[in-house]
Amino acid sequence: MDNLNLNGNVPSGDLSDKWTKYRSTLPLVAPNNKLKIEIIVVGTGLAGASAAATLGELGYLVKCYTFHDSPRRAHSIAAQGGINAAKNYRNDGDSVFRLFYDTIKGGDYRSREANVYRLAEVSTSIIDQAVAQGVPFAREYGGLLDNRSFGGVQVSRTFYARGQTGQQLLLGAYQSLSRQIALGNVKMFTRHEMIELVVKDGKARGIIARNLLTGELEKHGAHAVVLATGGYGNVFYLSTNAMNCNVTAAMRAVAKGAFMANPCFTQIHPTCIPQMGEYQSKLTLMSESLRNDGRVWVPAKKEDAKAIRDGVKTALDIPETDRDYFLERRYPAFGNLVPRDVASRAAKTACDEGNGIVPTGLGVFLDFSAAIERYGKSKANILGLSNPSNAKVIELGEKVIEEKYGNLFEMYEKISGENPYKFPMKIYPAVHYTMGGLWVDYNLMTNVPGLFSIGESNFSDHGANRLGASALMQGLADGYFVLPYTIGTFLSEDISTPKLDVNAPEFTAAADLAKQRIDKLFAIKGKQSAESFHRRLGKIIWEYCGMSRTAEGLTLARQQVRALRDEFYADLYLPGVANDLNPELEKALRVADFIDLGEIMVVDALDRNESCGGHFREEYQTPDGEALRRDDEYAYVSAWEFKGADQDPILHKEMLHFDNVELKTRSYK
Amino acid sequence: MKLTLKIWRQPSQNVKGKFETYSLDNVSEHMSFLEMLDVLNEKLSFEQKVPIAFEHDCREGICGTCSLVINGQPHGPLQGTTTCQLHMRNFKDGETIVIEPYRASAFPVLKDLSVDRGALDRIIQAGGFISVSTGQAQDANAIPIEKDVASHAFDAATCIGCGACVAACPNSSAMLFTSAKVAHLALLPQGKVEAQKRVLNMVRQMDLENFGNCSNITACEAECPKGISVSNIALMNREFLSASFSSNDAN
Repeated sequence: MDNLNLNGNVPSGDLSDKWTKYRSTLPLVAPNNKLKIEIIVVGTGLAGASAAATLGELGYLVKCYTFHDSPRRAHSIAAQGGINAAKNYRNDGDSVFRLFYDTIKGGDYRSREANVYRLAEVSTSIIDQAVAQGVPFAREYGGLLDNRSFGGVQVSRTFYARGQTGQQLLLGAYQSLSRQIALGNVKMFTRHEMIELVVKDGKARGIIARNLLTGELEKHGAHAVVLATGGYGNVFYLSTNAMNCNVTAAMRAVAKGAFMANPCFTQIHPTCIPQMGEYQSKLTLMSESLRNDGRVWVPAKKEDAKAIRDGVKTALDIPETDRDYFLERRYPAFGNLVPRDVASRAAKTACDEGNGIVPTGLGVFLDFSAAIERYGKSKANILGLSNPSNAKVIELGEKVIEEKYGNLFEMYEKISGENPYKFPMKIYPAVHYTMGGLWVDYNLMTNVPGLFSIGESNFSDHGANRLGASALMQGLADGYFVLPYTIGTFLSEDISTPKLDVNAPEFTAAADLAKQRIDKLFAIKGKQSAESFHRRLGKIIWEYCGMSRTAEGLTLARQQVRALRDEFYADLYLPGVANDLNPELEKALRVADFIDLGEIMVVDALDRNESCGGHFREEYQTPDGEALRRDDEYAYVSAWEFKGADQDPILHKEMLHFDNVELKTRSYK
Repeated sequence: MKLTLKIWRQPSQNVKGKFETYSLDNVSEHMSFLEMLDVLNEKLSFEQKVPIAFEHDCREGICGTCSLVINGQPHGPLQGTTTCQLHMRNFKDGETIVIEPYRASAFPVLKDLSVDRGALDRIIQAGGFISVSTGQAQDANAIPIEKDVASHAFDAATCIGCGACVAACPNSSAMLFTSAKVAHLALLPQGKVEAQKRVLNMVRQMDLENFGNCSNITACEAECPKGISVSNIALMNREFLSASFSSNDAN
């Protein structure tokens, strides 16, 4: 059953001054009233920390929660590349409109124009704010900020802090948050995990948080609840997400009626270190910047690929003529620099054809030898060496590569045990980011009044594919510059609501529900660990709802996920007790939610009979294998209403309107 | 590989702990140290025993959650490497590995190998920030900062807050951690305004948390997975002294 009436509550007016006008006219909460209003912020990544700090500065009573031991640990910290902002410091023609346009196009026209424009608009303030906080962005010799080009756009708008931009931005937000904690404006709850949402009279009014040290189920009330709980990439089990990233907070909200939007839009990053064995717990990303100098290849002959897999040959034994530089062959215009989704699918194709080069068959080479030689020759030239020996050229070239990518090469060697200066790196795509998430309107409020969602946990800005260096931008835009304003539209109606009484029946009922879920898991007394179910779920989702998807595969996947759920609730083994630090219980609760999310993802991928961005349906491709978007039928946001594990979710559609851009087909040939 | 593991087990903060010995076969040299512990935990689970509590998250060496003292060294034998980035190829077949939590009175053991490092957060809350509220900032390029100065500040800012410096120090001093933040912010023009107040308040909090003092042993620098330099401690001492003489307040 379709419902076409989902409304994004986008204000009217011209795109370019919509946000300014709206911000100047939206209802405010007076300072004396803010002191009586409580807000819960769940999560302390870029979005959560920046929102909690800013709301505290504004005078609200903020309660902030993280399952980590400290609010400095969230996975935003691992972002390497940078953060985009339409500063136009390079004078290369960048503008708010251009950043907006690139983001809409990069998202394959599946995001909401007004949100994306606002994101581009506030991007410049983020850089100002971060610099004022002491974030040590890269600088030029003149003392001004440096920029680089990132992710296949034609301007240099990416600000960066070595390979640790996420870390430095998060520490900036964490320090602002720390200041508010010290001032008493934010009360920080570490080692607390939200395991239930409390809805009272139709409004989100609190959470049930499990104290991870004692196991106690605590009732926390507030006038509004903000989820900044990140993405769900760990539904694939192996991903570049941190081990504890999970979808539980979002799925608890979904269980209380919040819609999950576009869950099938997931991003696969092409350059990760491949899986080496069954025991492996996570995948590690190697920065996309490596593709600037690395050439991607597999052996052209299957017997060579097999010999490498079996350890009989190495990459160096394969002569130039027997190598297939498949990206350069298939995409002569962009070569090794095609966007993430295109590069990933091409690697999968090469491996599916039997040319993979690691024991699992799932890996390709990323080779720097040509770049080493090129840089070496150029360096020799600069040094005035005539007729340098081959060894000298390589020595000089390796130095240049070391300057550019030294830390990445070192990290690769630590993990793989191989020297990437001598042997080509082995890489394979891995799940990295999820564009889908909780459905929110222009105010970043979900369809449950009083429940907001910011950062990666919402669906709002990246459409079907996210551009590089845009995740940090969105997290901080939402937390510093959007939510603190828009939350006023909800709270201004609520100024006479007294502090929430956590002894109200709604809180007790939610706590009971959480306790029942925990008791149910302990009562199973089966034989298989939560980890083993998670691993199996990941395999199903990766196989059928990963880099490429088919109706047939997705139908099968749905059956398998359902069978896995039945097995989980019949044969889970859970050690320890509920009232103690119990990582196995934490894991089991998360896996249960990943299973439900996995089914919704599959259903969403099955519904979307087109290919766009990170969603590639094999049935919908051009004759030469490129994604075929179907704007006439699928230019909508799919928002799923969960009706319980035993029922089909209900689809709500938000139609997307493009008044300021023309829908085009991406081409990288 | 076959390993013998001597691991510290302690059910909770107020119960006395002790070493337990475990043996583990079929350890692949490609495993990370934490994956080796995952395998041990899965084995313990199936033997209906309580798995070992240890902390970890990103497993790529940046979040600072993982800890452990391995054979007497915080984050194990490899220099400039967190426990999560340490791989089993750095150990020998048949080796006995001793795994303990960080030992410091400011870091109480919560369970097994997990400790409470909240004291480090409280040091930051005492002053490890620049007091700028959202929206107050001027244009990012309004104040040029010399590249070398920015780079120096950056070196200090790369601290991941893991606490290895405290665990490495015979005095359990948090001077390296505290000085890294003091230096990061004091070096930048944006941070100079409240530099005096910051260093006084952070050092006071550090002392309140029961961290020891620095006696120039520099084990902290040797064990720091991010290579934070002890020269930051010298900078902090200088800042602290000059602030002590010239500042009127420490609040």
